[in-house]
Amino acid sequence: MEVLVASAIGVLTAAGIYMILRLRTFPVVVGMSLLSYAVNVFLFATGRLVINQPPILRDGVTSYTDPIPQALVLTAIVISFGMTAVVVMLALGAFIEAGNDRIDLEEEEDGQ
Amino acid sequence: MMEHWIIAPVLIPAMLAPLIVLWMRYDLVTQRVASILGMSALLVLAIVLMVSASMGPPEVYRLGNWEPPYGIVLVLDRLSALMLLLTSILGLVIVLYAIGSGWDKRGWHFHSLMQFQMMGINGAFLTGDAFNLFVFFEVLLIASYGLMIHGGGRARLKSGVQYVVYNLAGSTLFLFALGTIYATAGTLNMADLAVKVAEMPTEQTALIKVGAALLMLVFAVKAALVPLQFWLPATYTNAPGPVAALFAIMTKVGTYAIVRVYTLIFPITGTIGTLAHDILLPSAFLTIAIGMIGILGARDMGRTVAYAVIGSVGTMMLAFAQFTQGATSAGLYYMIHSTLTAGAMFLIADLVRERRGRWGLGFTDAPLMKNHGLMAGMFFMGAIAMAGMPPLSGFLGKLMILDATRGQWALWATVLVTSLIAIVGYARAGSQVFWRSYAVEAEEDDLPPAPKDASSPGLAFTATGILLAGSVALTALAGPASTWLQGTSAQLFTPSQYIDAVLAGAEERAQEAARIGAHEHGHMEVSEEMQAEDGHGGDANAADPHADTQPADQTDTHTGTETGQDAPAAAH
Repeated sequence: MEVLVASAIGVLTAAGIYMILRLRTFPVVVGMSLLSYAVNVFLFATGRLVINQPPILRDGVTSYTDPIPQALVLTAIVISFGMTAVVVMLALGAFIEAGNDRIDLEEEEDGQ
Repeated sequence: MMEHWIIAPVLIPAMLAPLIVLWMRYDLVTQRVASILGMSALLVLAIVLMVSASMGPPEVYRLGNWEPPYGIVLVLDRLSALMLLLTSILGLVIVLYAIGSGWDKRGWHFHSLMQFQMMGINGAFLTGDAFNLFVFFEVLLIASYGLMIHGGGRARLKSGVQYVVYNLAGSTLFLFALGTIYATAGTLNMADLAVKVAEMPTEQTALIKVGAALLMLVFAVKAALVPLQFWLPATYTNAPGPVAALFAIMTKVGTYAIVRVYTLIFPITGTIGTLAHDILLPSAFLTIAIGMIGILGARDMGRTVAYAVIGSVGTMMLAFAQFTQGATSAGLYYMIHSTLTAGAMFLIADLVRERRGRWGLGFTDAPLMKNHGLMAGMFFMGAIAMAGMPPLSGFLGKLMILDATRGQWALWATVLVTSLIAIVGYARAGSQVFWRSYAVEAEEDDLPPAPKDASSPGLAFTATGILLAGSVALTALAGPASTWLQGTSAQLFTPSQYIDAVLAGAEERAQEAARIGAHEHGHMEVSEEMQAEDGHGGDANAADPHADTQPADQTDTHTGTETGQDAPAAAH
């Protein structure tokens, strides 16, 4: 399972980085989403991978799963979801305003 | 009582911002009044907190009264109090400027976004929890995205997209860093992290070093350290003037985080050794060089100031990268100076842009504008301060940094040579924008326009003047200020103060809370008994019932959850 999760994170991160280096906003947005999936799975795994264990510690229970990464990942999911919405709206605004969806700045508008 | 005020710098803007959006949405005048009142309240609060922080050890506010390291804490020490004060001064000035120049009319929700921005920045300075730092970073970033594109326009939106994407990538990196650190240390409370990291055996530090280095990258993105500075020039040039001035504190959030984390959690004498110093110092050299050369290479005044910000980050990082007490207090002095003057310079650039009309900020010959002499004088003063020439605070700041790094000839040479380059750059910018206008023959029908929709140009000039006056005051009060900053630096380099304030007594308090809780519970039971048995349980106070009720309670919840778990099975 460790190999599977680790390689999933690796593939997602690699694909995400490749995508955010593209020239147009849509692949960049997709790349950001992939990166945030990767980091969410990564955060989830920081509490160590266990199956079928409760996320609480009780007397007499020896094995449990760490609840903190679950709380962290929940926060991270909400934030990255909101941020994706913002970047989509912003990219759309820039596309409508500028007439193209290139993410780099053109020379003449550089200095305004 | 005092400790409850610690959360107020986060709460006041957090409550005011939605009110401004929902209640005062269509009434600019009430928005302005509310915004000024909110900022003034923050300023007063920051002063009170600063006085309180100067008097003793760090103070701690435990959110929801959860005991650290389990709950989130806010910590007020001298450094965070200083940053709060700096933020609130800048915030108030910027709101005044935005009102005076009419910037707040050119788009929706300027004032509420400002309040959210304040909430994020204040929270980032106060929090004592690494994950909470991430959350406040996101709060301040999402507000800054809105402010950055305030007023709209092609160039602004396009550079806004770049800014957002760059910072989203930075946030992702932040989460990777926090995940790595949590996986190794098992905690995210900064004080607890400091203890846990210090206890790590030296042969098992590979992962925590990775975490520390990743975290450094994240903060370097925020602080705009080379090679992660690429987002800054386009963003700051294209942002609305007052917003760019506000962003002068944003690079300081990154700087603050570096100073905080690498003195508290990863001190240079600790487990990860000189890692932070080794990354930071070369980067600081490059940053100061690129920033100052950028001042000389800029083709318009907005870029001149944007690169000056990069240069000043480099200068203060040269000091902070030493990780010595003396250099840190010098760096802190320079940080105050650079926040005030960079803010002033962005406002001046905006004043010029408003009055230069179609000529913009580029280094082209334009006829004389309205208030020409006043703006030229302000630019002259700001440029002297930023370049580090006597008599203003930049000179003293650089002098302190050089004094604290005696014997490092490369550092001395870099600071001095780059200052010279900056002086030449400013001289060029000033003579192009202000001086050459006297030689330009203006045509009657092609004069620079009066600034559009400025409500009160006087207020805009006053706001800019306040920041410049701040630089003068910092010069005049350099003695007391640097004494205070030495105390701050001393506090930073005895992290045990911070750790003790957060963690000491946590267990006792937890036991106490459990005892009181059980006690109250016992009382309730007693009173029920009293009702049932007609006032017999009078002497069944204190210890006995509480000893009985607690185990009984636990079995209760046990059976409760067990039946809860059984229920779905039964339903199946």
